[in-house]
Amino acid sequence: MSSQRPGMEAIAAKGWFAAHRWLILRRTSQIGILLLFLVGPWFGLWIVKGNLNYSYTLNVLPLADPYLLLQALLAGHTPEKLALIGVAIVLLLYLLVGGRTYCSFVCPVNLLTDAANWLRTRLGIKGGAHLSRTTRYWILGMTLVAAALTGTLAWEMFNPVSMLHRGLIFGMGLAWAVLLAIFLFDLFVMRQGWCGHLCPVGAFYSLIGKFAQLRIRLPARDACNDCMDCFAVCPEQQVIRPALKAIKGAPPVILEANCTNCGRCIDVCSKNVFAFGGRTGKSNT
Amino acid sequence: MDNENKSRAKGSARRQFLADTARMACGVGLLGLGLGFYARHATALPPAAIRPPGALPETEFSGACIRCGMCVRDCPFNILHLAKPEEPMSTGTPYFVARQLPCEMCEDIPCVKACPTGALDHALTDINKAQMGLAVLVDHETCLNFLGLRCDICYRVCPVIDKAITLDPQTNLRTGKHTLFIPVVHSDACTGCGKCEKACPTEIAAIKVFPRYMAKGQLSAHYRLGWVEKEKAGGSLVAPEVEHRYNLPEGMQYEHGKGLSASPPADAVPPAPTFTPLPKALQGDKL
Repeated sequence: MSSQRPGMEAIAAKGWFAAHRWLILRRTSQIGILLLFLVGPWFGLWIVKGNLNYSYTLNVLPLADPYLLLQALLAGHTPEKLALIGVAIVLLLYLLVGGRTYCSFVCPVNLLTDAANWLRTRLGIKGGAHLSRTTRYWILGMTLVAAALTGTLAWEMFNPVSMLHRGLIFGMGLAWAVLLAIFLFDLFVMRQGWCGHLCPVGAFYSLIGKFAQLRIRLPARDACNDCMDCFAVCPEQQVIRPALKAIKGAPPVILEANCTNCGRCIDVCSKNVFAFGGRTGKSNT
Repeated sequence: MDNENKSRAKGSARRQFLADTARMACGVGLLGLGLGFYARHATALPPAAIRPPGALPETEFSGACIRCGMCVRDCPFNILHLAKPEEPMSTGTPYFVARQLPCEMCEDIPCVKACPTGALDHALTDINKAQMGLAVLVDHETCLNFLGLRCDICYRVCPVIDKAITLDPQTNLRTGKHTLFIPVVHSDACTGCGKCEKACPTEIAAIKVFPRYMAKGQLSAHYRLGWVEKEKAGGSLVAPEVEHRYNLPEGMQYEHGKGLSASPPADAVPPAPTFTPLPKALQGDKL
């Protein structure tokens, strides 16, 4: 690993902007989407109503969270037409761009956990608890069983994703305590603890992403100089190796469902190994 | 030898896998148990929280409402809130507090139209049929009308005046010569909008709106109301009704509603019997 902070080589090779392109785009998307929801309550400019659970844009475009609607179905309730249309649109969108793209480009909790991770690196905090990354699928299963058994959207009592987003738009209450707990957990207890190990929302979107079209490709994987910067910045470190090192003859494309398409590996690679591209076929930069 | 090692390694890997699975299942199961109990507890709606019009019964509602806040947004009077995590109901579900801001009963019911899941039932198209809650005159000791005043505010502000709340005259036994105008809520017409609770002028409202499951009683299924059955049948079902005879002092007569009076002279024509309606509360078509 290069002795400097990850990304320094890329800054030297490509310039600061090119080495932060996707990061800037991602933050713009996260904050922009949040602002779209907020200009309504703040300035009375109603572009988007609702929150990430269900929203209605310009009184024409319904969007609904499929994970939540699945819980409602298991709890024994069939939603109205608009919600079903909204689910269909969202499912199609994430089948195209990759399920966990939601995590990196939309979800507001990601801002919080990325901040925790940034601070963790800055403070040089290492180690901590170990949990399998499959824990999230167990939690996902548990939330679905809980919905079916209690007949309520049990997970929504605690879901930090909707708690933060709803809190910002409709009033936070004590939700900040839950979010602070997640921040501290990610900072002191486990690297990428929430988003990378526990969050069932991300786990659900990763299942959609299994078939997603937009992927990170590695058109120049032979140019890799093993600086490990991509590995250092990746929120789901296990996804890179098979494609980069052609483990078991893997094609030069990250097919792991948990790649969040954050594009940070593209940014920090001084050798331009990575690029966005389709699931199959040629890559484009 | 090699085979033996392999199968031993296989066995230990299997053991490890089973142990890991068991650990995960137990850990996550415990979490789920906690979450489940927490969610079940929250399905009991606290008395001060009233759901928007058309809300499904609470047990269904908490499985149907996706906490999006569309109803909150489309309420033109901003009376609705989404429950915060520390509040004693399902996090993120909509409610209003009548004493703070009651429902204005919009005729087009925008909150129901906005609901994408039908947690607010789209079958509700007439706001007067809404059953958000039920007003109850809980405190007879502080209700000004019970004290003999003509406050009448709850009656006057009621959007379904004379149907949901009526004023039923009763004798004021304290003074012996006045009438109490007792506000009576009729559950078939009350929408639970909460205007009465909001307007009640006492320090703490004497009339309050509660979720219907708390406020409404129910007779056993086998109960029959004699007077209703009589009306249906067009006559008494029990026995032929004999006109009641009063044993009165000589020269006196008794008339229902008027009481005792001196008999008219025998040669006078008896006045045509007049029917004085009973006070509404005594008429017996209400419980």
